[in-house]
Amino acid sequence: MPSMMASNDSPPVLVASRQSVHQGQARREALVGWLFALPALLVYGVFVLLPLMLTIIYSFFDWDGIGPMTWVGLDNYVTVFQVPDLLGTIINAFWLVVWFSLIPVTLGLVTANVMYRVALGRFGTLARTLLFLPQVIPLVAAGIIWGWLLSRSGLINEMLAALGLGAFTRAWLADFDTALPAVGVIGVWVLLGFCAVLLLTGMTKIDQALYEAARIDGAGWFRELMTITVPLLRYEIGVCLTVTVIAALAAFDIVYVATGGGPGNATAVPGIQIYILAFTQREIGLASALAVMLMVLVVVVILPIQRLSQER
Amino acid sequence: MTLNAYFETGFELPFRLTDEFTKQYPHVTWDIKQDQFTNLINATPRLLSGDNPPDLIRLPTLVSFAKEGLLKNLDGYAEAFGWNSWPVPQLNQARVAVDGTRGSGSLYAMGLNYSLTGVYYNKELAARIGMTQPPKTLAEFENVLAKAKAAGLLPIMQWGSAKSGMGLAFPLQALMASIGPIEPINDWIFQKEGATIDTPSNLEAARHLEQWIRNGYFPPDINAIEYTDSNARFVKGEGVFTFNGDWENANYDKHMPGKIGFFLMPPATADKPPAAMSAPLTFGIAAQAKHADCAAFFLNWVATDPTARQINVSVGGSNPGGPADAAMPSVAKGSITSETLAAGAVINEAGTAMDFIANATSAIFAQGWTPELQKMVGGRQDAAGLLKAVQAEYLRELSRE
Repeated sequence: MPSMMASNDSPPVLVASRQSVHQGQARREALVGWLFALPALLVYGVFVLLPLMLTIIYSFFDWDGIGPMTWVGLDNYVTVFQVPDLLGTIINAFWLVVWFSLIPVTLGLVTANVMYRVALGRFGTLARTLLFLPQVIPLVAAGIIWGWLLSRSGLINEMLAALGLGAFTRAWLADFDTALPAVGVIGVWVLLGFCAVLLLTGMTKIDQALYEAARIDGAGWFRELMTITVPLLRYEIGVCLTVTVIAALAAFDIVYVATGGGPGNATAVPGIQIYILAFTQREIGLASALAVMLMVLVVVVILPIQRLSQER
Repeated sequence: MTLNAYFETGFELPFRLTDEFTKQYPHVTWDIKQDQFTNLINATPRLLSGDNPPDLIRLPTLVSFAKEGLLKNLDGYAEAFGWNSWPVPQLNQARVAVDGTRGSGSLYAMGLNYSLTGVYYNKELAARIGMTQPPKTLAEFENVLAKAKAAGLLPIMQWGSAKSGMGLAFPLQALMASIGPIEPINDWIFQKEGATIDTPSNLEAARHLEQWIRNGYFPPDINAIEYTDSNARFVKGEGVFTFNGDWENANYDKHMPGKIGFFLMPPATADKPPAAMSAPLTFGIAAQAKHADCAAFFLNWVATDPTARQINVSVGGSNPGGPADAAMPSVAKGSITSETLAAGAVINEAGTAMDFIANATSAIFAQGWTPELQKMVGGRQDAAGLLKAVQAEYLRELSRE
């Protein structure tokens, strides 16, 4: 019995020690992993999570940025609805979704498809670079350049006049009917390249045999696009939509530089209202409440897109 | 000792003055930080409440800082240096009463100089439409504007983009002062109890402006024009008139020497004195500043030292203020500055200086005047609606304070 006990005992001990060696190693690897991630986590925590938490906390206070903070509960959220034309700024933001998101993704799909079929060589590289260039240019610079192009004496009006369309010339960013679409065109210019390059990358991963099979079945260009390319690019399209919808709903820089929200409130968006409330009116609590509501709005719009793009 | 100062980027005057001060008082040196106007506005509360509070800081707005106890009360210095007896009624704009209204009470900032606004005109174009001397009444002025339009000229160059802030606030306030009394306008700016901008005479003024817009007296794309572009186009000869202030004198004298004239907005009737938007270039001292006495001495020196006054006028273009018997620095004859200084004397004499209607609350320009005036340009707002909308925004902002 004792010997049996011994013989019975030893293997478990061995196993246990082997296990603990394994566990220790795994633990050490995990630790090293966390150590590698630590700098990024710190940055993320300090510059993303902390401000986010602070914004949520501020939104429950009446605060001018320096003086004492007064707890006001949900008052700021009620007051947000008294911000002039708040509804108008949200409607404007949704109009921007059409320009910043739907048009660049649709056009990007077509562009990427054309480039994939006809221009993968040196011309393709050049075309990709040109398309992607707006992503590299600071948005502020883009806003200023487009401001000149769209001004009354700008290039776009000169081209219209040269084509005999002088009757259509106007100060595009100053006209109540055209200011928002004009800002939208800047958005298309900025975001089209991003969408096209991302979608093109996705297309190169699609199995050529699928297209061959479709062609043998007599499918045309459009049929191929709709039955093969689009469904298989579902994930890439989802990413494009997510990024561009956020760019539209949380728009600030392009709008601020191009029009500052004018004329009237024709291009005012929530981002600009938040900026004015926080830095001009020094209503930090109210601005934070509007920012939190904008974040919720973005999440509500983005979640279904994420769902749709990840479903198989 | 080293004074800690914060100035606004792009304006040379305070830098030139501090250089001269060190030349005269070598034991005082300056540690000057500078920032863009809007950044400075955003940073001011933190600078004033921080560990190293500025001895001297450019202060576009001051009421909230005064109320929060972040600014030094300058009453003691005013008493010691005799500032209160200076003939500069604009100093009232830097006073804040205990209840937070501006215009009376303790002094919280001092003007480096006192700017003046009015109507600048292109002498060549004005002569072409038969204007040989500045109009004396509003009716005469409107007559000239109509002639300019008929002659195919742009009557008034002005800016109006949301980024620059709507420049039509200048002619609007000029019209208000031309037609009605200025006290209700000042009361409104100073946030006196029950003040309103929606008065019968202001309504008439807004109707005139609306008519000017409809008559095509302003550039059709005014809603897209930046402040700097408006000035650039005016000195290139576009526009017979422009409403602006004497801080642009040096620019006008440089680009069109002798070719630009200035007059105060003419009153509606000849027996009424002219009035003008005129404000001090305000600088303050932090409540916890280490060298507050020296900073106050500097502010007094700027207004009284002959060399400082000369720099003030030739670089800044505005009235340097100071005691009644202080000699006015020499300016080139025929320069635009000589005209604005003479006009400033008229305003001081009449006591008809006003602060800017865009300074009534911190956001009334961005949330009230600019969008509503832009709508008026676009035919989506009328005179009555403009004043109602701005007054509603004003009350909304005051109720949140």
